[in-house]
Amino acid sequence: MEGNIANMGQFIGAGMACVGMGGAGIGVGLVAGNFLAGALRNPAAAGEQTATLFIGIAFAEALGIFSFLVALLLMFAV
Amino acid sequence: MAEGGSGLNIHPMEQFEVRSLFGDGPVHWYTPSNAMLWMALAVILVSVVMVYGSRGRALVPGRMQSIAESIYGFSHKMVEDVTGKQGLKYFPYIMTVFMFILGANVLALIPGAFASTSHIAVTALLALAVFISVTVIGFARHGIGFLRLFWVASAPTVALRIILAVIELISYFVRPLSHSVRLAGNMMAGHAVLKVFAGFAGALGAVAFVPILAITAMYGLELMVAVVQAYVFAILTCVYLNDALHPGH
Repeated sequence: MEGNIANMGQFIGAGMACVGMGGAGIGVGLVAGNFLAGALRNPAAAGEQTATLFIGIAFAEALGIFSFLVALLLMFAV
Repeated sequence: MAEGGSGLNIHPMEQFEVRSLFGDGPVHWYTPSNAMLWMALAVILVSVVMVYGSRGRALVPGRMQSIAESIYGFSHKMVEDVTGKQGLKYFPYIMTVFMFILGANVLALIPGAFASTSHIAVTALLALAVFISVTVIGFARHGIGFLRLFWVASAPTVALRIILAVIELISYFVRPLSHSVRLAGNMMAGHAVLKVFAGFAGALGAVAFVPILAITAMYGLELMVAVVQAYVFAILTCVYLNDALHPGH
């Protein structure tokens, strides 16, 4: 194992940025789980709300994607 | 990046390199590159499906006509549901973007293909086009009243409204970033994961069937992600358009 301390910082930082993806996972799980809970109570209304489901998932996911972006920037752009 | 790591020799990001199709010369904007080729193929695929599908106009649709009709009906309903009747004026653009991203995403799943939508340059252009046109539409339709989008009049106190206005302003300008990075990030991550698993299969030898089974499952997931991300991009375009058409909360 060789290399300078800046590379080490890059790798550690990129790894730490990936923790943010866990938050996105929790968020997407909450959105989908709550949708399912609501949909099972009132299946007739569920079909019209799938668009809202995907919008909610997309917004929850966006912040995880930002952390992925930070990891990529640290690995390849710094 | 460290060169020549020990053990596994996987280069998951190599597949995203833009190369010249002919020779090894530098890539200028006019050089025929693999990105250009696969985006053109996506356009050709979409054109063939839609033109060939809508040519027969049979009363009982055949296969191609069913595909074209259901995609058209699906995106028409999506635009109408989210933006209302006024948004239908912008339906052709939204469907074009949707079909292009869908075509590019699905074509990228062919082994050896180039994932053009995994490049921020491609998705940022699409997202910026949406962002700028939505802002222009908002100001053109409502004038200065478009700024009501940032002023949450239903909030109880003025101090809270000011704080919310700052947050809304930030979230408005982050839109093109998240809009583009979501699509590019999802596609890039998916293809990189497939490549990493393929590298495992190459390294394991006799027990390679385990990663190959995993790749098969991941491939199914990626196919779903490709479709869902095209849908998400299109529906977020509708949501942003809806904000421009009906500002205020």
